[in-house]
Amino acid sequence: MNTMNPTIAKEADHQEIEAGTPVREQPEETIIEEGKTVGEPFADNAKFKLRDVNVSYGDTRAIKNISLDVAKNEVIAFIGPSGCGKSTFLRCLNRMNDSIEICKVTGSLQLDDQDIYDRRRDVVELRARVGMVFQKPNPFPKSIYDNVAYGPRIHGLANRKSDLDDIVENSLRKAGLWSEVKDRLDATATGMSGGQQQRLCIARAIAVSPEVILMDEPCSALDPIATARVEELMAEMSESYTIVIVTHSMQQAARVSNRTAYFHLGHLVEVNETNKVFTSPEHELTESYITGRFG
Amino acid sequence: MQPANLLLLTIVLSMVAYGLGYARSRSLAMPMGGIRHLKSLPFYYGARAALWCGIPALLVLGLWAAFQGKVIQTLIIGSLPQEMLPASEGEASLLLSKISNVASGSLPPGFAEAPIVEAAERLKALREQSRMFMTTLVVSVSVLAGFLGWLRVRPALNARTQVESILKWLFFACAALAILTTIGIIFSVAFETFRFFQKIPFTEFIFGSQWSPQTALRADQVAAQGAFGMIPLFTGTLLISAIAMLVAVPVGLLSAIYLSEYANKKVRGVVKPLLEMLAGIPTVVYGFFAALTVAPFISNFAASLGIDASSQSALAAGGVMGIMIIPFVSSLSDDVINAVPQTLRDGSLALGATQSETMKKVIFPAALPGIMGGVLLAVSRAIGETMIVVMAAGLAANLTANPLETVTTVTVQIVTLLTGDQEFDSAKTLAAFALGAMLFLATLLLNVVALKIVRKYREQYD
Repeated sequence: MNTMNPTIAKEADHQEIEAGTPVREQPEETIIEEGKTVGEPFADNAKFKLRDVNVSYGDTRAIKNISLDVAKNEVIAFIGPSGCGKSTFLRCLNRMNDSIEICKVTGSLQLDDQDIYDRRRDVVELRARVGMVFQKPNPFPKSIYDNVAYGPRIHGLANRKSDLDDIVENSLRKAGLWSEVKDRLDATATGMSGGQQQRLCIARAIAVSPEVILMDEPCSALDPIATARVEELMAEMSESYTIVIVTHSMQQAARVSNRTAYFHLGHLVEVNETNKVFTSPEHELTESYITGRFG
Repeated sequence: MQPANLLLLTIVLSMVAYGLGYARSRSLAMPMGGIRHLKSLPFYYGARAALWCGIPALLVLGLWAAFQGKVIQTLIIGSLPQEMLPASEGEASLLLSKISNVASGSLPPGFAEAPIVEAAERLKALREQSRMFMTTLVVSVSVLAGFLGWLRVRPALNARTQVESILKWLFFACAALAILTTIGIIFSVAFETFRFFQKIPFTEFIFGSQWSPQTALRADQVAAQGAFGMIPLFTGTLLISAIAMLVAVPVGLLSAIYLSEYANKKVRGVVKPLLEMLAGIPTVVYGFFAALTVAPFISNFAASLGIDASSQSALAAGGVMGIMIIPFVSSLSDDVINAVPQTLRDGSLALGATQSETMKKVIFPAALPGIMGGVLLAVSRAIGETMIVVMAAGLAANLTANPLETVTTVTVQIVTLLTGDQEFDSAKTLAAFALGAMLFLATLLLNVVALKIVRKYREQYD
């Protein structure tokens, strides 16, 4: 059931009571207090320092007063029911919301103590430092080589062809794709399997050597085996990158992340060590979500 | 009854059959417990009855209308007295038109011989009979078949599959019609072209650099010996088309890029319809704009620079034609660019590419096949355009690459060759068909080559 509204969750409980199953009363605190997050949203060695962030699409508020730190070299997972704003929030971190005319972001968002939304901020430089992998694999309709070389070429990272070859090879190796494609770098990327395409997109993001990688449900279009490969990859990558991942799979969040943030209706409800979130969540809503009562 | 009225009557009868079939299927279904016990919806039983009623009747009507003229003619000719029997086909048609003129009253009977007047009377009677027969036959066929169709409405009958298969054939017939028309055009052009090459050698036509199709119409007329070399015409066409494309492709493409990637919704909402309005202006208006405004401006401007320019020039015609074609290129390219998935844009932007890099390196290559399609459409439009050239580029067949001189194109020459009083077996008239055939071959070749290029360089997405 895809209920995001606590009152609907209450009604569901009501029905269960009628059916004769004893169920705990929903406490009044489920009405979330805006801007209040339980757990430990802040960190000492913050990569991203995000304070009082609000995002609205026209008149609709998608993100309500969220404050959060993303620490250096951590893997933080954003979980929550559909439409809770986790993807919107993720896309603020590399300003991918810019292309949506009606989208308005306020608050203070800092990457290494520099404002992301500063008027003078060069968005190209920002996105070179904060890479992104999307929900649906989106390789360019070019060869595998050209896909990986795209970013380095744009940013002028290679002076010679051999440098570029090295970057492409390293990125593909890091993405665990080298052995599979080394003989067909000239083949078109759209002919690969879905899992390979997604790892290619990861290689493409790595190739510009970013500091942060944002992943927006990177495995939702993949089969379990391909998902396992991508998750392995994330574990390896967490040594050198800061990773922010949005996921619908709580198992995935539990497997890959150090910290987990639970979003609900545009609020950031709880942020804690992943273990703690999944074993003893502090907030009622978090508990209902991870035990599968809604979402 | 006139065939047109008969057609109308058949349609009305079919509608009645539809209603009856519909009603019968419902009335059969109701005692059984509702229309869900029918194999198909009542609509299909009605449609089936209507098709039964209409199609055989229309077939009979069509066949009758196609053959009655020929049959009646044969009967009339056969009934003429021995001494008046026509010797040749031409004589026969002359005789028949005389008879039918008498029959229709446009030639008073006093001006014709007695057998002709008699034949005319017979013609009138035969026509009357034929019409009566046709009416009876069509109406009875439609009523009978419609009744049969109505009678055979049974709940177990699957009317839907029958109706759908008939409709499938109907759609096929529509598709075939377009193809048959094309084939018909090709044959008629090919036949006349063949006759032209019997008069003028093929090599002279293909390689000749002189075009002056004026030949003597009568033996005693003083006129130049005609020259039929198509090269000046094709170079003229190429020159004007090239100028038009030089204007249309960059302007159209860049405006498409602006509209799809950079313009905000408001600007786009105003500019796109305005741009498309260019396509709605009649070519003759473009023509006088080119002839009265652009051409004099160009020749004056050239004169002020000390360059010789004629008052009608390829540049004027080509430039205005290019403006006319801009909306083709921009509108089609805009659609194609918009069709490139947003995920590709996001992917590129997320790597730190700027909007223009994304456009250049990702979107444009992905949209290229579609853009090529738009450009090709524009090229064929440019090659086929006549009116602007007639008015602004002139009629003189100069073999030149100078855009400031007056040139002429293939289409313009076809028009001038076929307008006015013409003799349909002179080399001059037949040359029009030969030019048409060459033009057809050229555009066909262009399309094939372009298709190959597009296939080769297509970048597949999804």
